[in-house]
Amino acid sequence: MLKELQYPFDSGYILSKKKRIKRELLEQNVSFVEKNIAILGGATTSDIKLILELFLLNYGIKPSFYESEYNQFYQDAVFDNKELMEFQPDIIYICTSNRNITKYPQISDTSATVDFLLASEKNKFEKIWNSLSKKYRCPIIQNNFEMPFYRLMGNKDASDIHGKVNFLTRLNLEFYNYAQNHENFYICDLNYISADYGLKEWSDPFYYHMYKYAMNVKAIPFLSFNIANIIKSIFGKNKKGFVLDLDNTLWGGIIGDDGVDNIVIGPEESEGQVYSEFQRYLKEHIQLGVILSIDSKNDEANALAGLNHPDSQLHKGDFVSIKANWEPKDRNFSQIANEINLLPESLLFVDDNPAERHIVTEQLPGVIAPEIGEVHQYIQNIDRGGYFEVTTFSPDDTKRNEMYKENAKRASFQASFDNYTDYLLSLEMVGIIRPFEPIYMARIAQLSNKSNQFNLTTRRYTQPEIEQIASNYDYITLYGKLIDRFGDNGVVSVIIGHKVDTECRIDLWIMSCRVLKRDMEFAMMDSLVKKCKEAGLSTIHGYYYPTTKNSMVKEFYKLQGFSKISEDDSGNTEWIFNIDSNYENKNKIIKVEE
Amino acid sequence: MTREEIFEKLNEVFREVFDDDEIMVSDGTTANDIEDWDSLEHINLIVAVEKKFSIKFNMGEVNKFKNVGEMVDIILTRIQ
Repeated sequence: MLKELQYPFDSGYILSKKKRIKRELLEQNVSFVEKNIAILGGATTSDIKLILELFLLNYGIKPSFYESEYNQFYQDAVFDNKELMEFQPDIIYICTSNRNITKYPQISDTSATVDFLLASEKNKFEKIWNSLSKKYRCPIIQNNFEMPFYRLMGNKDASDIHGKVNFLTRLNLEFYNYAQNHENFYICDLNYISADYGLKEWSDPFYYHMYKYAMNVKAIPFLSFNIANIIKSIFGKNKKGFVLDLDNTLWGGIIGDDGVDNIVIGPEESEGQVYSEFQRYLKEHIQLGVILSIDSKNDEANALAGLNHPDSQLHKGDFVSIKANWEPKDRNFSQIANEINLLPESLLFVDDNPAERHIVTEQLPGVIAPEIGEVHQYIQNIDRGGYFEVTTFSPDDTKRNEMYKENAKRASFQASFDNYTDYLLSLEMVGIIRPFEPIYMARIAQLSNKSNQFNLTTRRYTQPEIEQIASNYDYITLYGKLIDRFGDNGVVSVIIGHKVDTECRIDLWIMSCRVLKRDMEFAMMDSLVKKCKEAGLSTIHGYYYPTTKNSMVKEFYKLQGFSKISEDDSGNTEWIFNIDSNYENKNKIIKVEE
Repeated sequence: MTREEIFEKLNEVFREVFDDDEIMVSDGTTANDIEDWDSLEHINLIVAVEKKFSIKFNMGEVNKFKNVGEMVDIILTRIQ
C-alpha cells in the first residue's frame, strides 16, 4: 500500500507523478487479481482511467481497460460491439456528466413537455443499462449528475421545473430508483463528490472547452478514488472492522491520569460534543456489519469505566473484543484479528497517536491507520477514505456483530467440556445444504469475494456469474448454512463444481472461518458426493492454488480422502477422489437438511 | 526569477510528468522532441507547470504555445 494514495492524498502530486507511482506499485511484491474494466465515457476519460489504475493497483487489483472513443458511451453500449464483447468486461463504468444532457427544459415549456424531456433522458440511459446488463452480465457503475455550473433563475432554479438544478435533481432520483430495483447496478455519486470538492472549482468550464474533460483535471484523483472504492468493494476488498484506541480517540484526556469523572465526552462542552459525535459515527457502523474492537494502553478497569461513563455512546456490548493492557499495540491488534478469525489487514486502526499508528502499520503489513487529524476532523478523514464502501448488502451483514458475540459465547461454553466431540454435539447444529437458491445469490457472491483463508482456488465471482452458474446444468452447486443453539451463522460455505464426462471438477470450495472446526466441511463433502452420485459421476477432482493467505487448506483434500495426482513448481496441486458406492458419511455431528 | 531559473524548474516538471530524468528542455523544444508528449499528456504538463509556478494560463495561451520558449515567455510575464 502506498501512503501517497491513501486519503487524504495530494492530487497534484498524483497527477504529475502518475508514471512513477505506477512503476512503484508494480514493483511491490503483491499478488494482484486481474480485472477487465470498460470505461464508456461522455467526455475525455484518459486521466480518469490512468489514475483509477493507480488506486486499483494499490488495492491489489490489476486492471486491463477498454476505453470508448470520445463521447461514444451510448453507441458502445447499445449497438453491437465486437471489441467490447471480446474484452469480456468484469465491470462497466459509464462516466457521464451533465454535459451529456441532450435537451434541458426551456422556460416556456409546459409541465408535460418537461416531463417528456425527463422521460427521454431517463429512457436513453435505461436503454444503455439494459443493453449492457443483457450482453455483458457484469456489474455496472453509473455516474449520477453533478449540479450545473450556473443557475439561470438563481435560487429558483432548484424548485422550478424549468430550472436545470431541478431537472438534474429529478433525473438523479430516476437513476436511484433504477439502482434500487436492479442488482449489480451502482451509482457513482458525482453529485456528492463534486460538491465535496467545491462545485465552482470542479466544473471550471476551462477544462471542458480546452481539453473536453467534464471536470477540473485537478479533481480527477477524487473521482478515480471513488470509483476504485466501489470496485474494490464489489470484489470484496472492504475493511471489515475498526480497532480503536481510547484516550484522545474515543474521549478527550487520559482516563488513567484524569479519572473517569474528568474525561471529555458528552454535551457539557464543545470538545466533549465532538467526541460524542465521533462515537455515534462509529456506532452507526454496527448496522452495516462493521465490527468494533478496542486496543488501548490502559488498565482494563479504567477502560471499562470510560465505556460506562453516562455520556458514552459506545458501551462494552458494542465491541467484539476489548484489549486494554500494557502490551505493544501491534500484538494486541493481531490477537484481536486472531480471535475473530480475520486477517489483520481487514481491520482499520484508529489512534490519535502517530507513534502507535507507525508501529502497528510497520509490524502488520497491509494494515491501514489513517491520519485522522484533530478530533473534529476524525469523521471526515475516516469517512472519505471509503474503507467500508457499501455495494452488496445482505441481511447477514446487519447481524455480524451479534454473530461474533455468539462466537464468544460458544468459546466460553466450549471451556465447560473436556471432550471436543461432546462440545460439538451439545451445540445441536443443523446444516442446510442445498443447490444455490435465488435469495442467497448476493451472499454467495459476497462470500466468494471475501474468503481468503479457507479458499482452495481463490476464484472470485460476481453475482451475475453466480446466477448463470446456478442455472447451468453442467454445474453442481452447493451452499451451506449452519444453525446452532447460539444462533444462525448464515451461509458459511460454498462449493462450485463443473462436470466433464464422468468427472466433477471443483472450481470453488470456500468456508467462512467463523465456523472452523465444526465439521461443516465434512457435511459439505457428504452432500457433494451425494450430488455427484445422483449425476452419475465417478470421480471428484480438487485443486489447491496457494496464495499468501490460504495455507490452512493446503492439505484439505488429503483430509477429505483425496489422493494427490500432481504438483507443480509453484505448489499448485491436483487431487482425485473416487466415488465409492459404499461411501460412508464423514459428518456424524451436524444434522443436515437438504 | 531569471530565464535560467525558470528552465531549471521546468526541467523538474517535465521529468516528473514524462517520468524521464534525462529530459533537458530548451527554447526550441517542441512536442516532437519528447516521445510521450501527446495532446493528453499536454494537459497534465500544463496543470503541473501551473502548479509549480502558481500561475494560470488562459485558453488562448495554451493553444498558441509553439515551443517551450514561448511558454517561458509567458511564465516570465506572469510571475513578475
